Amino acid sequence: MSLLDVRGLNKSYQTDAKVLKDIHFTAETGEFLSIIGPSGAGKSTLLRCLNRLVEADDGEVIFDGQDLRQLKKKQLREARTNIGMVFQHYNLVPRLTVIENVLHGRFGYKSTFQGVLARFSEEEKERAFYLLEKLGIEAHAYKRCDQLSGGQQQRVGICRALIQDPKLILCDEPIASLDPHSSKIIMDYLKSISEEMGITCIVNLHQVEVAQSYSDRIIGLNDGSIVFDGSNLQLDQIYLKRVYGMSTRELITV
Amino acid sequence: MNENTFKKRKLQTTVFFIAIIAVSFFSASMTDFNLIDGILTIPSAFIWMGENLIITADTLSKLPNIMEKLIETIFMSIAATTTAAILSFFLGVAGSKTTAVNGVLSAFARLIASFARNIPVVAWALILLLSFGQNSMTGFLALFVGTVGFLTRAFIESIDEAGISAFEALTATGATYFQIVAKAVIPQCLPQMISWILFMIETNIRSATLVGILTGTGIGYAFDLYYKMLDYQAVALVTLLIVVAVIMIELLSNHVRKVIL
Amino acid sequence: MDSVYVKRNKAGRINIKAGNKVNSVINTTVISLTLLTVIAFLLFDYTGLDIGRAVVETASNLKTMFLQPAFSHFTWREGLYQLGVTISLAVLATILGAIIAFFLALWSAVNLSNRWVSKAIKIFVAFIRAVPTVLWVLIFAIAAGLGSEAAILGMLFHSVAYLVKAFSEAFEEVDKGMLEALKSTGAGWWQTVTHAVIPSTSTYLLSWTFLRFEINFSVAVAMGAAAGAGGIGFELFMASGFYFDLREVGFITYAILLVAIVLEMMSTKLKQRYFPSAVK
Repeated sequence: MSLLDVRGLNKSYQTDAKVLKDIHFTAETGEFLSIIGPSGAGKSTLLRCLNRLVEADDGEVIFDGQDLRQLKKKQLREARTNIGMVFQHYNLVPRLTVIENVLHGRFGYKSTFQGVLARFSEEEKERAFYLLEKLGIEAHAYKRCDQLSGGQQQRVGICRALIQDPKLILCDEPIASLDPHSSKIIMDYLKSISEEMGITCIVNLHQVEVAQSYSDRIIGLNDGSIVFDGSNLQLDQIYLKRVYGMSTRELITV
Repeated sequence: MNENTFKKRKLQTTVFFIAIIAVSFFSASMTDFNLIDGILTIPSAFIWMGENLIITADTLSKLPNIMEKLIETIFMSIAATTTAAILSFFLGVAGSKTTAVNGVLSAFARLIASFARNIPVVAWALILLLSFGQNSMTGFLALFVGTVGFLTRAFIESIDEAGISAFEALTATGATYFQIVAKAVIPQCLPQMISWILFMIETNIRSATLVGILTGTGIGYAFDLYYKMLDYQAVALVTLLIVVAVIMIELLSNHVRKVIL
Repeated sequence: MDSVYVKRNKAGRINIKAGNKVNSVINTTVISLTLLTVIAFLLFDYTGLDIGRAVVETASNLKTMFLQPAFSHFTWREGLYQLGVTISLAVLATILGAIIAFFLALWSAVNLSNRWVSKAIKIFVAFIRAVPTVLWVLIFAIAAGLGSEAAILGMLFHSVAYLVKAFSEAFEEVDKGMLEALKSTGAGWWQTVTHAVIPSTSTYLLSWTFLRFEINFSVAVAMGAAAGAGGIGFELFMASGFYFDLREVGFITYAILLVAIVLEMMSTKLKQRYFPSAVK
């Protein structure tokens, strides 16, 4: 059975226009899956419907054997601890230290009271340091996040997701605000996370070349519908035209 | 076309200034205000101040008494501001778009704040005076209500400004509402909130003088007393002490602000 | 075993706070404010106060005020007139204040003026701001007699002080390049002001002036009540202090509230349009 099985997902905001139309796809354990498509195609909404930051109108999101859309508040919290998320703008608390931001990933495992008092065990803190070291930013552990560069902040964001011990990490445009050098570092880390730790990564990207060089599989989204679902080798000019409505050559020049 | 917009703009400006002048004349006739007389008063007022508002050795004997009243007023302002800040914090969390639990509660918080803020502090003081009588509680409560109104709006803006991003990220990790508010929203907004609180303490010392005149407490009462006894040397001393107190608090809060913001 | 970057406390537990100056200043501020508040409650003068009775009574007073507003000591016409007087006081203090503040702000903006002149004006303004408005009004009242002149002059002083600060900050943000460009063409100081400074700041100046008008309205109410400036504030003072007419107090409060909310809505609109971020 797949780790994630999305069936018939629909979503529309107040206006009549549908953002997502009958989305079906699956993701396997340890798979690196990219979602590509023009801006406004619904990539971000799709990702947020998976962990219910946005509520879909209907459909099923079966993750690890249970339909997330049926879960009550407390069960949803529990399920979310297994799904990490990485954001385009990192979404850290800028005034807090790096180590504090990383430990925020443990709140899902704690009672409200423990969380509010910031009771973290020594194992958790050591784990946080281990992850920071793995991502090469342990030297900044006691710095405030707003003193870090974009690439470093994104690595903090990844640490926060990893400390959850997730089975799945959702990445919403993780490199859209970064320079090419930092982008490569972040993508390399994400790739190694899926390969070495066996964590499934679903990554929204708008750069086709990046998606092609890192992904096991690519999903192409256009106007709320999946127009391509296959390996990166199958993604040729014909499909790209279906995803973007034009060829890559034009894409680059635009 | 360019010339047309330019002309239109010039016309707008002219109309605007004519309107302002008309409103001024209307207001002046409403209040029997004569600009010339008013301006002529200023020099004579300053001359009078120079001659009468002099602190003499004799006045200094009243210093302990005045200091006591001033300290009462300062403490009243601080107490009213901090207690109001606690209530405003909850109203702010309920009222901000980022942390709102539901729409009704949020609208309710905003409504309370608007009500408390837009009824002037004098009105609160007079209303409370009726049943609380002449004591510190009346002044405290009048300042408290006005401060809640002001700080709630300020806190809502601070929380809104911090943005939804960290809130969203922590929701995704499975954190509870209170964990997020305590560990992401508060740490981010606290410096801004403290800055507003300090600003409000300074404002409240000035308001407390006004409230004190009406409710017969604190430094306002001392001022009113000497003013009515025509003891202008003591009036000068009271004024000077208020200035010193306000400026010292302003300097102190500027220093704190510089470090934390 | 440990990485060199891990910091531990004495008990051997790993720190997660940075322990910098910012945190310690924040903590000190919060703790001292809490302590001062506790001391304040101990020091308060509770003479003749029966909290329980006072709260119950205030609640019933508020109920009478807000649920059965009425007026008996003045007519509709007089009520409206008095409200008009209060608004007029605010208008005059604001407009005159804005005009004076405009010139003082030009001389106190560091990019347009001499450093010493700027400093002197700023200190002078800080002094004026520190004296409560009501004291200015009462002090002027000795020279000019109680009434609109003293009230407007007193309010004017504070309006000037407030607006000089706001205006000069707006002027100081005028693009440096623009000023240099004009200077290089040989434009004089006044030409620079009228052609570069005013056009690029006029919307800010207007918004700030309106914001001050909003404040001046409630100050004008207060001056009516506490410094004999007349208007609706004086009616409020009479209704509560002399006639003990709660229903009239309620009516007047509603009238003030209505004007204040309309003004606030207008200034919020202006603020959203011209400067969404700054409030102070």
